[in-house]
Amino acid sequence: MYKYDKIDQQLVNERVAQYRDQTRRYLAGELTEDDFRPIRLQNGLYIQRLAPMLRIAVPYGLLSSTQMHKLGDIAKKYDKDYGHFSTRQNLQLNWPKLEDVPDILEELATVEMHAIQTSGNCIRNITTDQFAGIAPDEVFDPRAMAEIMRQWSTFHPEFALLPRKFKIAVSGTKDDRAVVQMHDIGMEFFKNENDKIRIKMWVGGGLGRTPILGSVIHENLEWQHAISYAEAIIRTYNIHGRRDNSYKARIKILVKAMGIEAFKAQVEEEWSHLKDGPLTITQAEFDRVSAYFEPMAYETLPTSDASFDTNLASNPAFTSWVKRCVHAHKTDGYRAVTLSLKTHGEAPGDASSAQMHTTADLADAYSFGELRVSHQQNLILADVKLSNLFTVWEKARAAGLATANIGLLTDMICCPGGDFCNLANAKSLPIAKSIQAQFDNLDYLHDIGEIEINISGCMNGCGHHSVGHIGILGVDKDDEEWYQVSIGGKKGNDSSLGKVIGRSFAADEMPAVIQKLIDTYINERTDEEQFIDTVRRVGADPFKANVYAEKESA
Amino acid sequence: MSQLIIGHKIAQDEWTRVIPPLYGDEPIRKQAGKVVMFKLHGEDTFTQKQIDGTEIPASDKILLPLPIWLANKEALASRMAAGEIGIVLQTHEPIETLAEAFDDLNSLPVIAVYVQIFADGRNFTLGNLLRTRYGFKNELRAVGDIMCDQLFFLKRSGFNSYQIKEGRNAEEAIASLNDFTEPYQSATDDVPVWRRVSR
Ligand code: SF4
Repeated sequence: MYKYDKIDQQLVNERVAQYRDQTRRYLAGELTEDDFRPIRLQNGLYIQRLAPMLRIAVPYGLLSSTQMHKLGDIAKKYDKDYGHFSTRQNLQLNWPKLEDVPDILEELATVEMHAIQTSGNCIRNITTDQFAGIAPDEVFDPRAMAEIMRQWSTFHPEFALLPRKFKIAVSGTKDDRAVVQMHDIGMEFFKNENDKIRIKMWVGGGLGRTPILGSVIHENLEWQHAISYAEAIIRTYNIHGRRDNSYKARIKILVKAMGIEAFKAQVEEEWSHLKDGPLTITQAEFDRVSAYFEPMAYETLPTSDASFDTNLASNPAFTSWVKRCVHAHKTDGYRAVTLSLKTHGEAPGDASSAQMHTTADLADAYSFGELRVSHQQNLILADVKLSNLFTVWEKARAAGLATANIGLLTDMICCPGGDFCNLANAKSLPIAKSIQAQFDNLDYLHDIGEIEINISGCMNGCGHHSVGHIGILGVDKDDEEWYQVSIGGKKGNDSSLGKVIGRSFAADEMPAVIQKLIDTYINERTDEEQFIDTVRRVGADPFKANVYAEKESA
Repeated sequence: MSQLIIGHKIAQDEWTRVIPPLYGDEPIRKQAGKVVMFKLHGEDTFTQKQIDGTEIPASDKILLPLPIWLANKEALASRMAAGEIGIVLQTHEPIETLAEAFDDLNSLPVIAVYVQIFADGRNFTLGNLLRTRYGFKNELRAVGDIMCDQLFFLKRSGFNSYQIKEGRNAEEAIASLNDFTEPYQSATDDVPVWRRVSR
């Protein structure tokens, strides 16, 4: 992975010093609450319902074992011994003290980490596919470009105070796992017929209050122009994006209001001034950064392993874990492993300090000392030998990290919701828990098959509810917490937005509602159908009929 | 008193910024998406009543909001020629209007960009464009809700003077101009780091 040189390190150190001074001025009363807000926000510090929340950047989801150990230490020393991995592949601490934050940042800087631009109206952490670099279907490893763009966006002077937050995702596969169409800018890298790297670029996608898929703004952009084109887009947005209403300030609203053609025309005009200028990424810089993402020192291994096959044949629990949590790898004899942070009874994405240390140890012993955070809020060991899978499973299981539910119903995406977040209409974590309790049987989960349930505590949609096969959204009705349910959302190349099934529900109704949706699916499904396929084939009516049946007769 | 920083030093302000009177019935103007955007572009920033009611000091160097200049340019032509007039651009005003109003922007000794609130980052783009696209070489001043924590970005966006908001510490603001030694990306002051140094 990328290693800081002295320029990177100096920048992060200077940031710590700057923020330490800002905090000092705030605590001394020299900065008002209002002055301090945009400053701390640029540094990932929110003031939440109960305490500050600090969001630590995990650039494109990649972590070394050293960094993970440090996160575990920080969570223990400055927080309540756990952290929360978010859908932006970042780590959130829910209980740090405001006055400790400069020290936390200083500790982070020692392991090449920071909290820069993890919140605020600026360019946020750039995300990508959690299987970047190892996926068999990958045509281009997007990590070097993600790193180049991380550096470009860090303290970008022109884009420090945009109308609203700005999210960029990059991917290098046809099968889009980075949800690029759901970002302010999404880039899919591909190779054209002459084997040259090109970018298909989307703009104006997003979740939240007005979920919308991005529009294609460029079909075939040379990779060297990734930054200059992005600058043209963001400059146009900075000048013309709405600033009068924060709910209408995302770029998607501007693109929609202008229409993609008119927006593109503005961008192209702007780009004509920038194209081929100093923003053009040089081959030398690309090569310098790419060198950090060379393939690991893989051994030459056979495609199969006898001990693995034996365990698979004799141990059903191991088998179901392999089925759910082990993923294909480019290299013979290697696999990627998901360590589930969706243990039943725990908040999705939460990891204790001890678990962080365990994952770091596993990475050191079995996966070249690296980890990844997925936007499904799990951790990944990307390079595990087939012959080590059984041992990894046993150790992960002992640490509560081997729930064999990846991709299944209880592998939910869930925002922190009303327990932590000021903006929430309703709690989301207890809903996730009650659904997990309802479906706490692995055989049954495997029978239900792949399904994504996404939960957000409000319209901002941090839990991606609008693209969940089942989406749950907290709403406020007369100061009470209610939940609106939608079905038919999906992310990926054939993305769609879910449709609300009807009136909303109280918290205690939710497990039964999900149960009825699942029952309907089981009744209606054909052999090869997953939940989403059935919804798409039969439509929402049978589901609605079942969910609301009793209500109406009662 | 608000303090002025020019370059890296606190300086005496030779300019008086002319502020049109407020009558309380002005429409709120904020930049917006298409519909409002084009409507805005066709509208004046200040009402006719405000423009008519603006008192322009008879002598001294003055910074005039663009619409005030446009409404009085014949009467003020000789003062402009004498270098006594600079222009204030508000962030929702199209930069093109400013550029079209002058044969040569460099005939202006000062352009000031006004932000009403800290969070309005349009001044960064406007500064950048004035320097890079419109070739403006003279004093570019940030005015309005300006404090220490924007200064590094303002400097990189082409500003070279800063009117620090009243009650804020100008010394700290000057110190913050040096917060970062080697920024990553290009701006008006430099090329991207990978073209600047060998890494
Ligand atoms: S979706 Fe709403 S409640 Fe949940 S974290 Fe985001 S802003 Fe908070």
